[in-house]
Amino acid sequence: MDGQTAIKVEGICKSFKETKALQDINLEIKHGEIFGLIGPDGAGKTSLFRILTTLSLADSGKASVNGLDVVDGYAGIRRSIGYMPGHFALYQDLSVEENLNFYATVFGTTVAENYDTIKDIYSQIEMFKDRKARDLSGGMKQKLALCCALVHKPDVLFLDEPTTGVDAVSRKEFWAMLGRIKDSGVTIMVSTPYMDEASLCDRIALILAGKIIDKGTPADIISRYPHRLFAIRGGNMFRILKELKVHEGIIRCSSFGCECHVAVTDNGPDASSLLDILEKSGMQGCRVEAIQAGIEDCFIGLS
Amino acid sequence: METREKTVEIRNLVKKFGNFTAVNNISFDVYKGEIFGFLGANGAGKTTAIRILCGLSLPTSGEGTVAGFSINNQQEDIKKHIGYMSQRFSLYSDLKVWENIELFGGIYGLDDKQIALKTDSMLKALDLEDSRNMYVRDMPLGWKQKLAFSIAMVHDPQVVFLDEPTGGVDPVTRRNFWEMIYEAASRGVTVFVTTHYMDEAEYCDRVSVMVDGVVEALGAPAELKKLYSAANMDEVFTKIAGRAERE
Repeated sequence: MDGQTAIKVEGICKSFKETKALQDINLEIKHGEIFGLIGPDGAGKTSLFRILTTLSLADSGKASVNGLDVVDGYAGIRRSIGYMPGHFALYQDLSVEENLNFYATVFGTTVAENYDTIKDIYSQIEMFKDRKARDLSGGMKQKLALCCALVHKPDVLFLDEPTTGVDAVSRKEFWAMLGRIKDSGVTIMVSTPYMDEASLCDRIALILAGKIIDKGTPADIISRYPHRLFAIRGGNMFRILKELKVHEGIIRCSSFGCECHVAVTDNGPDASSLLDILEKSGMQGCRVEAIQAGIEDCFIGLS
Repeated sequence: METREKTVEIRNLVKKFGNFTAVNNISFDVYKGEIFGFLGANGAGKTTAIRILCGLSLPTSGEGTVAGFSINNQQEDIKKHIGYMSQRFSLYSDLKVWENIELFGGIYGLDDKQIALKTDSMLKALDLEDSRNMYVRDMPLGWKQKLAFSIAMVHDPQVVFLDEPTGGVDPVTRRNFWEMIYEAASRGVTVFVTTHYMDEAEYCDRVSVMVDGVVEALGAPAELKKLYSAANMDEVFTKIAGRAERE
């Protein structure tokens, strides 16, 4: 294996009463990569983050961050990681500058000492440094929280759903910032429910109902997609879905924006027979083409 | 001339907080049975506008009607005649399925007989007849969403407001939810929906995009894609909302 291991997770299990939040999780995250944990609400993303950031104990299994065990080495881990939880951990009644100073002080450092680490992001909100955190917009709060998680120059950054509820444009900006943080040598583990963010990670794990359903580079996962896939454009989406769902040889059809993706068995219909089926049901003028699966197709296929 | 029935009619709506103009003179109509996507960047003024449309906040100026009632002086009537659901709040998880239906039915002024009828028909339609005594907290997310959506329409509102109904939801459940939206719209319910998923913007009959308090674009997804020479709604949104001055 190339590169050193930054985070190692071996057989981690965690239950809350009868709910199995995490079932036998195994992951290895390399130094300097962006690793995405991708799955919906309730999949177990936050439970895993809390174990890795030493805030919660696993029922069984082992995990280490930077070579330190999450149980025996928790103090060392806490000094060397940054954590941005899903709900903003900002003090609402402190100003932007006060929040940042507070986090720096907790880690025994100063903003001035590590200004280079946060400069790229902080410069975008510095003009509001006297504003109380509660008066910031969602986008600015997110930037401040990221600065607070970075101000002590951590080796590993844990970001739990940093883009949930964030609009499409701000999400793109946020990922551009993550790219620059990665370039400075920080390992980033990030969770998200947005499948389209998978391609921005070096490697990912898909998580659903407490289990890792696949992991690898986005390209690896896509190459494992087992079916032939077609995209249909034009025509009424919901008529197409209704018509094709019941058809033999069709495993699944799902809406993807203005396209309908149709997964087909090996001896199921091809593009021209799909077009035939649609035309026979009175839907003229559709276009059908064979396509490569995306991560969302893979996730749906594995669900 | 437009002859379709309007469910929402908004003219020159302005909302100021001190010297900050959150909503800056917006006007639009939403028609009966239409799926209307209300898009915008964070901080564009969407939530402020929705609060006014739901009768929870008064405009600084401008006027309009929702379900036939004035947003200026019939706010209580509006609340009784609309449905509302968000991902963050919709059902009480420590109540059973039937208790949630009874509670919301009662809040919306249904009598006991109506509630009993509604409970039966709703559980049958949702295929949840065997689950009436289940606690909502024990239900799978997909069931909860279906139930929350139906409960938001327990009083047969003309218009239902869905505020990011699919945030954080898995890809399969998200798609099933949109099929419910289509079904409701086909029955004549007007659906007013916000989302950050740009693929979902494609499923709307028309969408508006708010930027810095103003409705910057309004039209069918196909029209907007053509107008902005974009391949999909994500590109349209990026081109429009990328110009925002404020966050």
